Amino acid sequence: MKQTNRIKTIVLAGLSLLMSVNFYANHHEGEGHGTHKEGVAKEYNPVVTIMDHIKDANEWHVITTDENTAHPNHISIPLPVIIYDNEGLKFFMSSKVAHGHTHEGYKMTHDGQVVSVAGKKKADMFDVVKGNLSTDAVFFDLSITKNVATLILVFIILMIVFPKMAKSYKKGLVPSGVAKFLEPIVLFVRDDIAKPNFNQKQMDKFMPFLLSIFFFIWFSNMMGLIPFPPFGANLTGNISVTFVLALITMLVINLNGNKGYWGHMLWMPGVPVPVKILLAPIELVGVIAKPFALMIRLFANITAGHIVVLSLIGIIFIFQSIGGSLMAVPLALFISVLELLVAFLQAFVFTMLAALFIGTSTAEAHH
Amino acid sequence: MSGIGVLGAGLAVLGVGLGIGRIGGSAMEGIARQPEAADKIQTAMIVAAALIEGAGLFAIASTFWA
Repeated sequence: MKQTNRIKTIVLAGLSLLMSVNFYANHHEGEGHGTHKEGVAKEYNPVVTIMDHIKDANEWHVITTDENTAHPNHISIPLPVIIYDNEGLKFFMSSKVAHGHTHEGYKMTHDGQVVSVAGKKKADMFDVVKGNLSTDAVFFDLSITKNVATLILVFIILMIVFPKMAKSYKKGLVPSGVAKFLEPIVLFVRDDIAKPNFNQKQMDKFMPFLLSIFFFIWFSNMMGLIPFPPFGANLTGNISVTFVLALITMLVINLNGNKGYWGHMLWMPGVPVPVKILLAPIELVGVIAKPFALMIRLFANITAGHIVVLSLIGIIFIFQSIGGSLMAVPLALFISVLELLVAFLQAFVFTMLAALFIGTSTAEAHH
Repeated sequence: MSGIGVLGAGLAVLGVGLGIGRIGGSAMEGIARQPEAADKIQTAMIVAAALIEGAGLFAIASTFWA
Protein backbone atom coordinates (compact mmCIF):
# COMPACT_ATOMS: atom_id res chain seq x y z
CA MET A 1 0.00 0.00 0.00
CA LYS A 2 2.76 2.37 0.97
CA GLN A 3 4.66 1.41 -2.16
CA THR A 4 1.71 2.23 -4.43
CA ASN A 5 1.23 5.54 -2.71
CA ARG A 6 4.82 6.39 -3.34
CA ILE A 7 4.61 5.45 -7.01
CA LYS A 8 1.44 7.52 -7.32
CA THR A 9 3.24 10.52 -5.85
CA ILE A 10 6.18 10.14 -8.22
CA VAL A 11 3.91 9.78 -11.26
CA LEU A 12 1.88 12.81 -10.21
CA ALA A 13 5.01 14.87 -9.64
CA GLY A 14 6.34 13.84 -13.04
CA LEU A 15 3.06 14.67 -14.75
CA SER A 16 2.84 18.06 -13.12
CA LEU A 17 6.37 18.85 -14.26
CA LEU A 18 5.54 17.83 -17.82
CA MET A 19 2.42 19.92 -17.64
CA SER A 20 4.41 22.91 -16.51
CA VAL A 21 6.68 22.60 -19.52
CA ASN A 22 3.61 22.45 -21.70
CA PHE A 23 2.18 25.57 -20.12
CA TYR A 24 5.39 27.45 -20.61
CA ALA A 25 5.13 26.53 -24.25
CA ASN A 26 1.56 27.83 -24.49
CA HIS A 27 2.51 30.98 -22.70
CA HIS A 28 5.37 31.39 -25.06
CA GLU A 29 3.42 30.72 -28.21
CA GLY A 30 0.88 33.27 -27.15
CA GLU A 31 3.36 36.04 -26.62
CA GLY A 32 5.14 36.23 -29.94
CA HIS A 33 3.28 39.44 -30.72
CA GLY A 34 3.15 40.08 -34.42
CA THR A 35 5.92 37.65 -35.24
CA HIS A 36 3.70 35.78 -37.69
CA LYS A 37 1.57 38.00 -39.89
CA GLU A 38 -0.90 36.23 -42.22
CA GLY A 39 1.13 33.35 -43.45
CA VAL A 40 4.36 35.29 -43.84
CA ALA A 41 6.74 33.24 -41.71
CA LYS A 42 9.00 35.73 -39.95
CA GLU A 43 11.91 34.81 -37.77
CA TYR A 44 10.82 34.22 -34.18
CA ASN A 45 12.45 36.49 -31.62
CA PRO A 46 12.58 34.86 -28.17
CA VAL A 47 13.99 38.00 -26.51
CA VAL A 48 10.61 39.78 -26.77
CA THR A 49 8.83 36.92 -25.02
CA ILE A 50 11.48 36.58 -22.34
CA MET A 51 11.57 40.28 -21.55
CA ASP A 52 7.75 40.35 -21.44
CA HIS A 53 7.90 37.62 -18.84
CA ILE A 54 10.74 39.10 -16.78
CA LYS A 55 9.19 42.56 -16.57
CA ASP A 56 6.38 43.57 -14.29
CA ALA A 57 3.07 44.33 -16.03
CA ASN A 58 -0.29 45.93 -15.34
CA GLU A 59 -2.16 42.93 -16.73
CA TRP A 60 -1.72 39.21 -16.40
CA HIS A 61 -1.36 37.74 -19.84
CA VAL A 62 -2.74 34.20 -20.09
CA ILE A 63 -2.79 33.20 -23.74
CA THR A 64 -3.21 34.59 -27.24
CA THR A 65 -5.53 32.81 -29.66
CA ASP A 66 -5.78 33.33 -33.44
CA GLU A 67 -2.22 34.49 -33.35
CA ASN A 68 -1.46 33.94 -37.01
CA THR A 69 -4.46 35.96 -38.18
CA ALA A 70 -4.83 39.70 -38.66
CA HIS A 71 -6.68 39.99 -35.34
CA PRO A 72 -4.88 38.05 -32.62
CA ASN A 73 -7.01 37.64 -29.53
CA HIS A 74 -5.05 38.37 -26.33
CA ILE A 75 -6.61 36.88 -23.21
CA SER A 76 -5.40 38.51 -20.00
CA ILE A 77 -6.50 38.82 -16.40
CA PRO A 78 -7.09 42.54 -15.75
CA LEU A 79 -5.46 44.04 -12.67
CA PRO A 80 -6.37 47.24 -10.85
CA VAL A 81 -4.52 50.38 -11.95
CA ILE A 82 -4.06 53.06 -9.30
CA ILE A 83 -2.46 56.27 -10.51
CA TYR A 84 -1.80 59.55 -8.74
CA ASP A 85 -1.17 62.58 -10.94
CA ASN A 86 -2.08 66.28 -11.11
CA GLU A 87 -5.76 65.36 -11.53
CA GLY A 88 -5.73 63.38 -8.28
CA LEU A 89 -6.10 59.70 -7.60
CA LYS A 90 -7.34 57.52 -10.46
CA PHE A 91 -8.58 54.00 -10.11
CA PHE A 92 -9.64 51.69 -12.93
CA MET A 93 -9.12 48.13 -14.16
CA SER A 94 -6.40 47.55 -16.72
CA SER A 95 -9.01 46.05 -19.10
CA LYS A 96 -10.23 49.62 -19.69
CA VAL A 97 -6.92 50.57 -21.29
CA ALA A 98 -6.24 47.26 -23.06
CA HIS A 99 -6.18 46.86 -26.85
CA GLY A 100 -5.18 50.45 -27.53
CA HIS A 101 -8.07 52.08 -25.64
CA THR A 102 -7.44 55.31 -23.77
CA HIS A 103 -8.94 55.98 -20.35
CA GLU A 104 -8.49 59.12 -18.23
CA GLY A 105 -5.36 60.02 -20.16
CA TYR A 106 -3.66 56.63 -19.96
CA LYS A 107 -3.17 53.73 -22.33
CA MET A 108 -1.39 50.37 -22.20
CA THR A 109 1.48 49.25 -24.38
CA HIS A 110 1.35 45.77 -25.91
CA ASP A 111 3.67 44.45 -23.20
CA GLY A 112 1.25 45.49 -20.46
CA GLN A 113 2.78 48.75 -19.21
CA VAL A 114 0.38 51.62 -18.46
CA VAL A 115 1.77 54.84 -19.95
CA SER A 116 0.56 58.41 -20.06
CA VAL A 117 -0.93 59.61 -23.34
CA ALA A 118 0.46 63.09 -22.62
CA GLY A 119 3.97 61.63 -22.48
CA LYS A 120 4.40 61.94 -18.72
CA LYS A 121 7.07 59.76 -17.20
CA LYS A 122 6.32 57.08 -14.61
CA ALA A 123 8.07 58.19 -11.39
CA ASP A 124 10.82 55.79 -10.35
CA MET A 125 13.41 55.64 -7.61
CA PHE A 126 15.78 57.97 -9.46
CA ASP A 127 13.06 60.65 -9.67
CA VAL A 128 12.54 60.35 -5.92
CA VAL A 129 16.28 60.69 -5.28
CA LYS A 130 16.57 63.69 -7.64
CA GLY A 131 13.45 65.33 -6.19
CA ASN A 132 11.83 65.33 -9.63
CA LEU A 133 8.36 64.85 -8.18
CA SER A 134 6.23 67.53 -9.84
CA THR A 135 2.98 65.89 -10.96
CA ASP A 136 3.11 67.90 -14.19
CA ALA A 137 6.13 65.90 -15.33
CA VAL A 138 5.66 62.51 -13.72
CA PHE A 139 2.81 60.29 -12.55
CA PHE A 140 2.89 57.88 -9.62
CA ASP A 141 1.92 54.34 -10.43
CA LEU A 142 0.61 52.61 -7.28
CA SER A 143 -1.08 49.84 -9.26
CA ILE A 144 -1.59 46.28 -8.14
CA THR A 145 0.70 44.92 -10.85
CA LYS A 146 1.53 41.29 -11.55
CA ASN A 147 4.31 41.34 -8.97
CA VAL A 148 2.24 43.12 -6.34
CA ALA A 149 -0.58 40.61 -6.85
CA THR A 150 1.90 37.76 -6.37
CA LEU A 151 3.30 39.49 -3.29
CA ILE A 152 -0.19 39.64 -1.79
CA LEU A 153 -0.77 36.01 -2.75
CA VAL A 154 2.43 34.90 -1.00
CA PHE A 155 1.41 36.97 2.01
CA ILE A 156 -2.00 35.28 2.13
CA ILE A 157 -0.47 31.80 1.78
CA LEU A 158 2.02 32.49 4.58
CA MET A 159 -0.80 33.90 6.71
CA ILE A 160 -2.89 30.77 6.20
CA VAL A 161 -0.13 28.18 6.52
CA PHE A 162 1.77 29.40 9.58
CA PRO A 163 -1.07 30.16 12.01
CA LYS A 164 -2.45 26.74 11.05
CA MET A 165 0.91 25.21 11.88
CA ALA A 166 1.09 27.05 15.20
CA LYS A 167 -2.43 25.93 16.09
CA SER A 168 -1.58 22.27 15.47
CA TYR A 169 0.95 22.37 18.33
CA LYS A 170 -1.80 23.23 20.80
CA LYS A 171 -3.07 19.67 20.44
CA GLY A 172 0.28 18.21 21.39
CA LEU A 173 3.91 18.24 20.43
CA VAL A 174 3.50 15.73 17.61
CA PRO A 175 3.18 17.73 14.40
CA SER A 176 0.05 17.19 12.35
CA GLY A 177 -1.21 18.46 9.02
CA VAL A 178 0.90 21.19 7.40
CA ALA A 179 3.25 21.22 10.40
CA LYS A 180 4.48 17.77 9.39
CA PHE A 181 5.90 19.27 6.24
CA LEU A 182 7.14 22.57 7.65
CA GLU A 183 8.60 21.49 10.99
CA PRO A 184 11.81 20.02 9.50
CA ILE A 185 12.37 23.21 7.51
CA VAL A 186 11.83 25.45 10.54
CA LEU A 187 14.24 23.23 12.46
CA PHE A 188 16.69 23.47 9.57
CA VAL A 189 16.60 27.28 9.77
CA ARG A 190 17.06 27.11 13.54
CA ASP A 191 19.82 24.50 13.69
CA ASP A 192 21.80 25.14 10.49
CA ILE A 193 21.35 28.89 10.04
CA ALA A 194 20.74 30.48 13.43
CA LYS A 195 22.62 28.21 15.83
CA PRO A 196 26.14 28.64 14.38
CA ASN A 197 25.79 32.44 14.46
CA PHE A 198 23.86 33.26 17.63
CA ASN A 199 23.72 32.52 21.31
CA GLN A 200 20.41 31.52 22.91
CA LYS A 201 19.28 35.06 23.76
CA GLN A 202 20.02 36.39 20.29
CA MET A 203 18.34 33.38 18.75
CA ASP A 204 15.03 34.11 20.49
CA LYS A 205 15.29 37.66 19.23
CA PHE A 206 16.23 37.00 15.59
CA MET A 207 14.54 33.69 14.73
CA PRO A 208 11.23 35.38 13.77
CA PHE A 209 13.07 37.64 11.33
CA LEU A 210 15.11 34.80 9.83
CA LEU A 211 12.08 32.54 9.45
CA SER A 212 10.08 35.36 7.87
CA ILE A 213 12.66 36.19 5.19
CA PHE A 214 13.44 32.53 4.57
CA PHE A 215 9.85 31.47 3.98
CA PHE A 216 8.94 34.63 2.11
CA ILE A 217 11.84 34.21 -0.34
CA TRP A 218 11.35 30.47 -0.68
CA PHE A 219 7.59 30.69 -1.30
CA SER A 220 8.00 33.54 -3.79
CA ASN A 221 10.73 31.68 -5.64
CA MET A 222 8.48 28.63 -5.90
CA MET A 223 5.54 30.78 -7.07
CA GLY A 224 7.70 32.00 -9.93
CA LEU A 225 8.34 28.42 -11.03
CA ILE A 226 4.65 27.54 -11.42
CA PRO A 227 4.20 28.67 -15.02
CA PHE A 228 0.50 29.57 -15.29
CA PRO A 229 -1.57 32.41 -13.81
CA PRO A 230 -2.09 33.26 -11.00
CA PHE A 231 1.52 32.15 -10.53
CA GLY A 232 4.66 32.52 -12.59
CA ALA A 233 5.39 36.18 -11.94
CA ASN A 234 9.06 37.00 -11.58
CA LEU A 235 8.67 38.29 -8.02
CA THR A 236 12.07 37.71 -6.39
CA GLY A 237 13.65 38.43 -9.79
CA ASN A 238 12.43 42.01 -9.42
CA ILE A 239 15.14 44.35 -8.18
CA SER A 240 12.68 46.47 -6.14
CA VAL A 241 11.53 43.44 -4.15
CA THR A 242 15.07 42.28 -3.40
CA PHE A 243 16.03 45.90 -2.65
CA VAL A 244 13.42 46.12 0.09
CA LEU A 245 14.44 42.72 1.50
CA ALA A 246 18.07 43.84 1.57
CA LEU A 247 17.13 47.22 3.08
CA ILE A 248 15.24 45.53 5.93
CA THR A 249 18.23 43.24 6.50
CA MET A 250 20.57 46.24 6.54
CA LEU A 251 18.40 48.00 9.12
CA VAL A 252 18.30 44.90 11.30
CA ILE A 253 22.09 44.49 11.06
CA ASN A 254 22.91 48.10 11.90
CA LEU A 255 20.18 48.97 14.39
CA ASN A 256 21.21 45.94 16.45
CA GLY A 257 24.92 46.64 16.10
CA ASN A 258 26.59 46.82 19.49
CA LYS A 259 29.54 48.86 20.73
CA GLY A 260 32.06 46.30 19.49
CA TYR A 261 30.61 46.37 15.97
CA TRP A 262 30.72 50.15 15.62
CA GLY A 263 34.08 50.28 17.40
CA HIS A 264 35.60 47.84 14.94
CA MET A 265 34.12 49.79 12.07
CA LEU A 266 35.00 53.36 12.98
CA TRP A 267 38.13 52.98 15.15
CA MET A 268 39.63 49.53 14.57
CA PRO A 269 41.40 48.42 17.79
CA GLY A 270 44.91 47.04 17.69
CA VAL A 271 46.28 48.85 14.64
CA PRO A 272 48.28 52.09 14.29
CA VAL A 273 46.35 55.37 14.00
CA PRO A 274 46.97 55.96 10.25
CA VAL A 275 45.62 52.49 9.53
CA LYS A 276 42.61 53.21 11.77
CA ILE A 277 41.82 56.26 9.63
CA LEU A 278 42.35 54.26 6.43
CA LEU A 279 40.17 51.36 7.56
CA ALA A 280 37.12 53.38 8.65
CA PRO A 281 35.91 54.32 5.12
CA ILE A 282 36.58 50.78 3.86
CA GLU A 283 34.54 49.30 6.70
CA LEU A 284 31.78 51.85 6.12
CA VAL A 285 31.55 50.79 2.46
CA GLY A 286 30.86 47.29 3.80
CA VAL A 287 27.67 48.57 5.47
CA ILE A 288 26.22 49.22 2.01
CA ALA A 289 28.11 46.51 0.08
CA LYS A 290 26.84 43.59 2.17
CA PRO A 291 23.11 44.20 1.61
CA PHE A 292 23.85 45.31 -1.96
CA ALA A 293 25.38 41.89 -2.65
CA LEU A 294 22.33 40.24 -1.07
CA MET A 295 20.05 42.27 -3.34
CA ILE A 296 21.98 41.56 -6.56
CA ARG A 297 22.50 37.87 -5.77
CA LEU A 298 18.83 37.03 -5.30
CA PHE A 299 17.73 39.20 -8.22
CA ALA A 300 20.34 37.82 -10.64
CA ASN A 301 19.88 34.17 -9.70
CA ILE A 302 16.11 34.15 -10.05
CA THR A 303 16.05 36.27 -13.20
CA ALA A 304 18.76 34.14 -14.80
CA GLY A 305 16.79 30.99 -13.95
CA HIS A 306 13.64 32.31 -15.61
CA ILE A 307 15.61 33.45 -18.67
CA VAL A 308 17.30 30.06 -19.08
CA VAL A 309 14.03 28.09 -18.88
CA LEU A 310 12.30 30.40 -21.35
CA SER A 311 15.31 30.38 -23.71
CA LEU A 312 15.27 26.58 -23.80
CA ILE A 313 11.53 26.56 -24.53
CA GLY A 314 12.24 29.23 -27.15
CA ILE A 315 14.41 26.72 -29.06
CA ILE A 316 11.19 24.90 -30.05
CA PHE A 317 9.80 28.01 -31.70
CA ILE A 318 13.07 28.95 -33.34
CA PHE A 319 13.60 25.55 -35.03
CA GLN A 320 9.88 24.68 -35.36
CA SER A 321 10.69 21.00 -35.78
CA ILE A 322 10.50 17.77 -33.79
CA GLY A 323 14.27 17.82 -33.40
CA GLY A 324 14.18 21.16 -31.63
CA SER A 325 11.54 19.88 -29.20
CA LEU A 326 13.45 16.67 -28.56
CA MET A 327 16.41 18.77 -27.53
CA ALA A 328 14.54 21.53 -25.71
CA VAL A 329 12.03 19.62 -23.57
CA PRO A 330 14.49 17.40 -21.63
CA LEU A 331 16.82 20.36 -21.15
CA ALA A 332 13.98 22.59 -19.94
CA LEU A 333 12.82 19.82 -17.62
CA PHE A 334 16.33 19.48 -16.22
CA ILE A 335 16.68 23.23 -15.67
CA SER A 336 13.19 23.41 -14.12
CA VAL A 337 14.17 20.76 -11.59
CA LEU A 338 17.45 22.57 -10.98
CA GLU A 339 15.48 25.77 -10.39
CA LEU A 340 13.55 24.02 -7.62
CA LEU A 341 16.90 23.49 -5.92
CA VAL A 342 18.01 27.06 -6.64
CA ALA A 343 14.74 28.42 -5.19
CA PHE A 344 15.56 26.73 -1.89
CA LEU A 345 19.29 27.45 -2.07
CA GLN A 346 18.85 31.17 -2.66
CA ALA A 347 16.40 31.45 0.25
CA PHE A 348 18.97 29.57 2.35
CA VAL A 349 21.91 31.71 1.21
CA PHE A 350 20.04 34.98 1.80
CA THR A 351 18.98 33.91 5.30
CA MET A 352 22.39 32.39 6.06
CA LEU A 353 24.26 35.57 5.13
CA ALA A 354 21.72 37.76 6.96
CA ALA A 355 22.25 35.60 10.06
CA LEU A 356 26.03 35.80 9.61
CA PHE A 357 26.01 39.62 9.32
CA ILE A 358 23.60 40.06 12.24
CA GLY A 359 25.71 37.59 14.23
CA THR A 360 28.88 39.61 13.68
CA SER A 361 27.18 42.91 14.48
CA THR A 362 25.74 41.62 17.76
CA ALA A 363 28.57 39.31 18.85
CA GLU A 364 29.80 39.65 22.43
CA ALA A 365 33.33 40.96 22.75
CA HIS A 366 35.78 38.09 23.15
CA HIS A 367 39.22 39.62 23.43
CA MET B 1 25.03 44.55 -23.73
CA SER B 2 27.68 44.99 -26.40
CA GLY B 3 30.11 42.39 -27.77
CA ILE B 4 32.84 43.47 -25.40
CA GLY B 5 30.33 43.30 -22.54
CA VAL B 6 29.49 39.70 -23.39
CA LEU B 7 33.22 38.93 -23.47
CA GLY B 8 33.61 40.52 -20.04
CA ALA B 9 30.70 38.52 -18.67
CA GLY B 10 32.33 35.35 -19.97
CA LEU B 11 35.63 36.23 -18.31
CA ALA B 12 33.84 37.00 -15.03
CA VAL B 13 32.11 33.63 -15.12
CA LEU B 14 35.47 31.96 -15.82
CA GLY B 15 36.92 33.45 -12.64
CA VAL B 16 33.86 32.63 -10.56
CA GLY B 17 33.84 29.06 -11.90
CA LEU B 18 37.48 28.57 -10.98
CA GLY B 19 36.92 30.02 -7.53
CA ILE B 20 33.79 28.05 -6.66
CA GLY B 21 35.34 24.94 -8.20
CA ARG B 22 38.29 25.23 -5.86
CA ILE B 23 36.02 25.70 -2.85
CA GLY B 24 33.94 22.69 -3.86
CA GLY B 25 37.02 20.54 -4.42
CA SER B 26 38.59 21.49 -1.11
CA ALA B 27 35.32 20.91 0.72
CA MET B 28 35.10 17.43 -0.82
CA GLU B 29 38.64 16.67 0.35
CA GLY B 30 37.84 18.01 3.80
CA ILE B 31 34.69 15.91 4.06
CA ALA B 32 36.56 12.81 2.84
CA ARG B 33 39.16 13.27 5.57
CA GLN B 34 36.69 14.11 8.29
CA PRO B 35 33.18 12.93 7.41
CA GLU B 36 31.82 13.84 10.85
CA ALA B 37 32.57 17.53 10.12
CA ALA B 38 30.56 17.42 6.88
CA ASP B 39 27.77 19.72 8.16
CA LYS B 40 30.11 22.47 9.27
CA ILE B 41 32.21 22.23 6.10
CA GLN B 42 29.10 22.37 3.94
CA THR B 43 27.80 25.53 5.59
CA ALA B 44 31.17 27.25 5.38
CA MET B 45 31.47 26.14 1.75
CA ILE B 46 28.10 27.62 0.79
CA VAL B 47 28.87 30.92 2.52
CA ALA B 48 32.25 31.21 0.77
CA ALA B 49 30.74 30.24 -2.58
CA ALA B 50 27.96 32.80 -2.12
CA LEU B 51 30.49 35.56 -1.42
CA ILE B 52 32.49 34.70 -4.56
CA GLU B 53 29.30 34.50 -6.54
CA GLY B 54 28.44 37.97 -5.25
CA ALA B 55 31.68 39.38 -6.64
CA GLY B 56 31.04 37.62 -9.94
CA LEU B 57 27.51 38.99 -10.13
CA PHE B 58 28.84 42.51 -9.58
CA ALA B 59 31.11 41.98 -12.58
CA ILE B 60 28.31 40.54 -14.73
CA ALA B 61 25.91 43.32 -13.74
CA SER B 62 28.50 45.94 -14.66
CA THR B 63 28.97 44.38 -18.12
CA PHE B 64 25.45 45.57 -18.96
CA TRP B 65 26.84 49.10 -19.04
CA ALA B 66 29.88 48.17 -21.11
